[in-house]
Amino acid sequence: MSQARPQPSQPTSVPDANRRTFIAAVWAAVIGGIVAIVPAASALAVFLHPLRRQARGATFVRVTPIDALPDDGVPREFAIVAERVDAWNRSLEPVGAVYLRRLPGAEQPECLSATCPHAGCFVAFDGTSETFKCPCHNSAFALDGAIIQPSPSPRAMDSLECKVDGGEVLVKFEDFYTGRADKVVKQ
Amino acid sequence: MNALANWLDSRTGFRAFVHEALYERIPGGARWRYVWGSTLVFAFFVQVVTGIALWMNYSPSAQTAWESVYYIQYQTTGGWLLRGMHHFMAQAMVVLLALHLMQVVIDGAYRAPREVNFWLGLILMQLVLGLSLTGYLLPWDQKGYWATRVATNLLSVVPYVGPPLQQLVVGGAEYGHHTLTRFFALHAGVLPGLLIGFLVVHVALFRRHGICHKQPAKSADTSFWPDQVLKDAVACLAVLVVVLVLCLRPGQWFSGEGVALGPQLGAELGAPADPANQYSAARPEWYFLFLFQFLKFFEGGGETGELMGAVVVPSLVMLLLFLMPIVGRWNLGHRFNVALLVILLGGIAYLTADAFFEDYQAAWTDGQQYTELQKTIDELGSDDEKIAAHFGDDPQKIAEYRRQLAAYERYRKSQDYLASVAKAEVDAHRAIELSSAPAGIPTAGAISLLRTDAKTQGPKLFAAHCASCHSYEKVAADAKALPAAVEAATAPNLYGFADRRWIAGLLSSHITGPQYFGKTAHAEGEMAGFVNDTMSSWERADIDKVVIALSAEAQLASQAASDQKDAALIEAGRELIVGEENCIMCHKFHDAGELGSAPDLTGYGSREWMIGMISNPNHARFYPDTNDRMPAFAEQEGDAPNNRLSQRTIGLIVDWLRGEWYEPGIEEAAGAREQPAAKPADQVPSDEPSAEESEKQEAEANAKPQASSEPEPSAEPGEKAPEQAAEPEAKPADETPAEPEARPAEEPGETPAEPASEPAPPESNEAPAEPSVEPAPER
Repeated sequence: MSQARPQPSQPTSVPDANRRTFIAAVWAAVIGGIVAIVPAASALAVFLHPLRRQARGATFVRVTPIDALPDDGVPREFAIVAERVDAWNRSLEPVGAVYLRRLPGAEQPECLSATCPHAGCFVAFDGTSETFKCPCHNSAFALDGAIIQPSPSPRAMDSLECKVDGGEVLVKFEDFYTGRADKVVKQ
Repeated sequence: MNALANWLDSRTGFRAFVHEALYERIPGGARWRYVWGSTLVFAFFVQVVTGIALWMNYSPSAQTAWESVYYIQYQTTGGWLLRGMHHFMAQAMVVLLALHLMQVVIDGAYRAPREVNFWLGLILMQLVLGLSLTGYLLPWDQKGYWATRVATNLLSVVPYVGPPLQQLVVGGAEYGHHTLTRFFALHAGVLPGLLIGFLVVHVALFRRHGICHKQPAKSADTSFWPDQVLKDAVACLAVLVVVLVLCLRPGQWFSGEGVALGPQLGAELGAPADPANQYSAARPEWYFLFLFQFLKFFEGGGETGELMGAVVVPSLVMLLLFLMPIVGRWNLGHRFNVALLVILLGGIAYLTADAFFEDYQAAWTDGQQYTELQKTIDELGSDDEKIAAHFGDDPQKIAEYRRQLAAYERYRKSQDYLASVAKAEVDAHRAIELSSAPAGIPTAGAISLLRTDAKTQGPKLFAAHCASCHSYEKVAADAKALPAAVEAATAPNLYGFADRRWIAGLLSSHITGPQYFGKTAHAEGEMAGFVNDTMSSWERADIDKVVIALSAEAQLASQAASDQKDAALIEAGRELIVGEENCIMCHKFHDAGELGSAPDLTGYGSREWMIGMISNPNHARFYPDTNDRMPAFAEQEGDAPNNRLSQRTIGLIVDWLRGEWYEPGIEEAAGAREQPAAKPADQVPSDEPSAEESEKQEAEANAKPQASSEPEPSAEPGEKAPEQAAEPEAKPADETPAEPEARPAEEPGETPAEPASEPAPPESNEAPAEPSVEPAPER
């Protein structure tokens, strides 16, 4: 583009002209860059904001009185009602679901996340075959959440920490990345 | 005029531009095979026009996306047509893309000097697919929500950049407002912007190189206008006609549903997105089904398999397409490219068909063929040892059994899928029905309507909490046998609880049958004795009066008209109830009798009475000493943390049992108790207004930005109730078998059936319901 510039009216030596052109080009690039970068950077900062946003803290959430969970080894589905921050809203609402089951004689229930570790569909419990079945890509899991092969799922259903306190079942409800062999909590 | 045109031309040179645009030379004459590019431009034009109009009415946030789409579809003039065109044109665009690609590849139009334009076309294809993917989520219904969850989760399997990329697209770790705002910005801003930019270059390059004409030329050269434009216009018209026909939902014409009108046409709208509500009908849009189906092929592949299926293989396929111009330089390159395309499209067609077949096969398979097999399966399952023993180690028979077992599993899976689709339709229909109610949609969003709707929640809650003992089955008056669910239940059938038929059955010999106390300790109780020994000798008309009077205590909305009409009979019945040797010997009834030995008949079966009974059947008002097995679901006042169920949940169960929920056109039903549901919100128990309820009520006044949508602190079992859910833990049955009186069956029972319309006759053929005890009107 420097060639296209009109020649200066006063005769100047060639190196001088080259230097002037070079300096003008540098300034043009710098100033042009600044005017482009400022708005772009500001847009980028907001665009990248979700990377800084924390996931819902994994605290124990009250799910059900233990009385409501018979010790028959049959998994039962429970909605998880937890505080949820959705951008500008903070509310208490169902954020997901888990399966709880209590083995005969056990005090402590077992808890599995209802989210399929393959791609995140909602896994259904099939009472007839006593297995968990994902309605999407046919992953199937045993009562304890173990993979039934062949399955496209890379890992077993995600177990969640749970405890009984004051007659209540409390579950540490967490989201994990799907499609991985290892269970990694979403941060 | 001409002077003005001349002036404008001298300033802009528009004539040359128009001339260049219209009079491009078409070597060999206009042909139909050249129309695909133009139809795509037309389709994009339709998308822009309809999209902008949709944009003017759409609001991307978790509480307004579904709601605004509902409004477009159901309330705005011709909104269904606008949305329908946008929806189906998007699908048409994908089909046209495939046709355009085929035409380009088959004609070899990717070869020099058109390589760059071919690549631009592939980029445009990616952009169109991106628009489809992002648009699918925007209505924020269950279908779009779950499909998007899967799509974005698959993104996260990309090594290193996957997880942050997912987070950026989703707008955080969870799906919500910012998922919608980002998808919308992509759908309406970034992608169309890029598409326009690339399209301009694509068309400019196309003009630069001229059309890649088919040899040999069939006729003399012509120009774009008007010959080719005519052909293009006809093709565009055909595309539009197809889209308009699709908007009329031709599927319905043959399904016996008849042709619907207005808002029932066009694009579907599912129930609002709900992360806690199982949605087993989740599928991507049909043109992505092949990718969905492809993922199933990586069984046992683990993490790597998923990465291959979701990312690597599709990317390699795209790479092969991008390489076509280079491959095409070799001698056999063009043939290779055509073969590759045929194989790809064939594979896509196969996978799509396979996915459809897998989902829908139960619709055309006769399930009868599996009845015999089912017995064997029940016995053997997939247990290797049992199978080997059963077939005497005959490998052929074992293989055959395994094959049949697999076929049966596929059949059942398809059945489950179809059931999920049907259920999703019911939910969607109900969400729309509630949203269309005079009360409108609260600021908390339409999802709160479903969550507080007795008709939606009742069956789920009943299945989860009540069905382990009780049944809920309509029994026809002329039924020869009781439904299996009633026979299997160990506590009364609560269908039509406390209505005239139900009470008439209770006060007859049926009291000791399976529909009432037959399977409970009360079968041996004093009430059963009183009914069978004493009441049986009463005049029929007197029994009727007691039935009518007692049932009137329930104040069922469905019986309001009859109760009003039978005021005199009710009065007479009340006198009989308080008669010296009658009910008040054990029961309390208004001012007569005392509490302690049998349930209070004051307000028997009323909403308040039922809530009290479910909350604590051991209370002095109900069965302080003679409760059989019914657990207390809310022993402590209000919503104490140790209560099994919240007051709101119990209220939903009660409203459902009473058949009281919002139905369009029934608001004015002669009201017994407070109007069943003039507003859906009324279905929330009023005793203990939940946070949400109060917020809803105050919403207008306080202009609270947003009512939190489901404030119930205690999680309740989600909808799908395991066969026997919460087992009421039994009070020992032996505890007072001698029961002074009738036990209204209290906890909910079994098999949530379709919420009944009329109360069921208490039992089989000899329905005790007699003349005056008329069936309640349909609700």
